[in-house]
Amino acid sequence: MDELTRGLVQAIQLILSADPALLEIIFLSLRVTGLALLISTLVGVPAGAALGLSRLRARGLVTALLYTGMGLPPVVVGLFVYLMLSRSGPFGMLGWLFTPSAMVAAEIIISFPLVTGLTMTAVQGTDPALRVQVRSLGATRAQETWAVLSEARIGVVAAIVAAFGSIISEVGAVMLVGGNIDGKTRVLTTAIVLNTRTGDFVLAIALGIILLALAFIANAAMLRLQGQADR
Amino acid sequence: MNPSIYRIANLKKEYARRIVLDVEQLEIQGREILALVGPSGAGKSTLLRLLNFLEAPTQGNVIYQSLTMNGKIPLQIRREVTTVFQRPALLHASVRSNVAYGLDLRGARAEDRVNEMLERVGLAPLAHAPAHKLSGGEMQRVALARALVIEPQVLLLDEPTANLDPYNVGLIEEIVRQQNRERGTTIVLVTHNIFQARRLAHRVGLMLGGRLIEINDTATFFDSPSDPRTAAFVRGDMVY
Repeated sequence: MDELTRGLVQAIQLILSADPALLEIIFLSLRVTGLALLISTLVGVPAGAALGLSRLRARGLVTALLYTGMGLPPVVVGLFVYLMLSRSGPFGMLGWLFTPSAMVAAEIIISFPLVTGLTMTAVQGTDPALRVQVRSLGATRAQETWAVLSEARIGVVAAIVAAFGSIISEVGAVMLVGGNIDGKTRVLTTAIVLNTRTGDFVLAIALGIILLALAFIANAAMLRLQGQADR
Repeated sequence: MNPSIYRIANLKKEYARRIVLDVEQLEIQGREILALVGPSGAGKSTLLRLLNFLEAPTQGNVIYQSLTMNGKIPLQIRREVTTVFQRPALLHASVRSNVAYGLDLRGARAEDRVNEMLERVGLAPLAHAPAHKLSGGEMQRVALARALVIEPQVLLLDEPTANLDPYNVGLIEEIVRQQNRERGTTIVLVTHNIFQARRLAHRVGLMLGGRLIEINDTATFFDSPSDPRTAAFVRGDMVY
């Protein structure tokens, strides 16, 4: 308990002191997570909408694949990305292994099925009569899709929030493909692992608190957005 | 007599190989109110969907404004026709946003038109209320306002007042009548309610089993129908 209190105090001190090494870790965490989330959202939301609206016969198979993707063990994703990017792997020439790019790649693979699958479910949950009504009012295909997405917005925001939560807190994959290199690929989660291992519990707790706070702020902001949209 | 706005000949629609609509001939005149009555499953709603170009017929074509509609329907033509359905499918947004929706789709938002429309359906005080929190009658008036604000050539009404209280039925019927009288909007009304057909329509048609049995001006349809099935239906002792 003593360590927890000291961790809390030190976390506040650390944040107030604006320690450059710490800020770098925080910014890298946000940058990697943000970029991965942005790409997953830009591709996953339209893909989920298209799947939710389509009447393809193969949709059952696609759904099963997506749901499997939503439960992928991150460490397995890390292993896969590692092999792809290692020098003898098919994408070895990119030279991404042990760089933030590799971490972004891994986090996209983890978050894309979440965004796509949950968006698809949200779109399927909208009233089919509304689509016919919107078309009858003169909507183009794109306008119809937009109308359905904005009706499903609560579910779509939840999809993005869930994806954010899963990758900001991800450790196995980013550890494998990033390597937790000080000043280069160290993020909050990998730093926590390292500091715990080396017995620096106070710093680990401080980092944990910062991580929690970031997740909380991001989620609160998203929920606010959701609430405004629902008014 | 006005020139016809729709012409239909040998129009068929099948779902899963079952023929649900098989209309030999039908002309809908511009500026008229045509009511289609008949039991459920008679193909009335299917016909409306074809008239709104929401689905393609299995056989035959709809001729709209002398143009044969097949393949991809041009957007401008699709936007001349709209439907108010039995269940008002409203957007999760304010009353005002719902009414303005059709104008927004056309990139032609006009606040004064929206205001005027809200007044007409008696919903101006509720303009900023969330549409899905309204009563059934109010919701249906939002749906009607949303359809009328785009000034369609043809307004299709699919059981627009089923399950509504008499007050709202009266309001909606009066708005529909006024729209037809003052703006010349062609209206096709599908209803179970033969009294409503009698109150509103210039002509009435009876549909049974996907076929159009008889179509006549309202007085003739009710007072001296030529088909015995029509006679039985208007007497209220048709068995189906």
